[in-house]
Amino acid sequence: MTSLQVVFLLAAALTLASALMVVTTRRMLHAALWLIVSLFGVAAIFAILQAGFFAVIQVVVYIGAIAILIINAIMLTRRVMEDRGPQTNPIWWVAAITSALVGAGLLGLVLRWGAWSNPIPEFPEAAQTPLNLGKALVSPQGFVLPFEVASVLLLAALIGAIFIAGNYIALDRK
Amino acid sequence: MIPLSWYLITAAILFCIGLYGVLARKNAIAVLMGVELMLNAANINLLAFWRYWDSGSAASTAAGNSMAGPVFVVIVFATAAAEVAVGLAIIISAYRRRATIAADEIATLKG
Repeated sequence: MTSLQVVFLLAAALTLASALMVVTTRRMLHAALWLIVSLFGVAAIFAILQAGFFAVIQVVVYIGAIAILIINAIMLTRRVMEDRGPQTNPIWWVAAITSALVGAGLLGLVLRWGAWSNPIPEFPEAAQTPLNLGKALVSPQGFVLPFEVASVLLLAALIGAIFIAGNYIALDRK
Repeated sequence: MIPLSWYLITAAILFCIGLYGVLARKNAIAVLMGVELMLNAANINLLAFWRYWDSGSAASTAAGNSMAGPVFVVIVFATAAAEVAVGLAIIISAYRRRATIAADEIATLKG
């Protein structure tokens, strides 16, 4: 058991344990904080995969923007359900069985194929990943079209979110 | 050396935990958190497959690394951010009008 394997097992255990806490805890703010811990665990897994660029992007985008947005929304919708009644649907056992079946299917598929233990290829230019990624995202033979479409998607989401959540009722009355 | 299957098993279990969160929780924001867990599981899968199969030095000396994996991950990041923003905007707007965000009490999107 090499030390890298131990580190990976710790990161994976942290991710899965905090993900379990996200979906089972009663209080929403605690769930959001457990989500942040889980996202840190995923960032650690990215770093073990020698994709350090994505580890940083994960922390900045997922934890620094998305999780903060979720915490904001939780605080803006506080007066609901925290202290009255169950947090799960009445058919939560169907959900548990469904996800257990999906998990069993996926794990069966993963464990059945024999070539998973092939050696990992050499990656001497791990530091070139951001450079190559940048080149791929703007080159016409690369992925410039998905890049631009993603920009349009973000613009549409931005405008849509402002319009949907904006408080225009007060403006209309004047 | 970490076998590829370890990453896939981790991602599969994370996906199933997120799936349970989406299906079983009443609070709409908790459902969104489950969706985020599922997206992160997909990202782990993408990067693991890219690292183990597509990032080898033989391919990189010829024509540059094939960057389809990392580009896909970048698009997933952007899509997740956009989806969370719009989803939370809808939830906040629905909360303002109805004072509840229990997913089973908001049966229609109208009004």
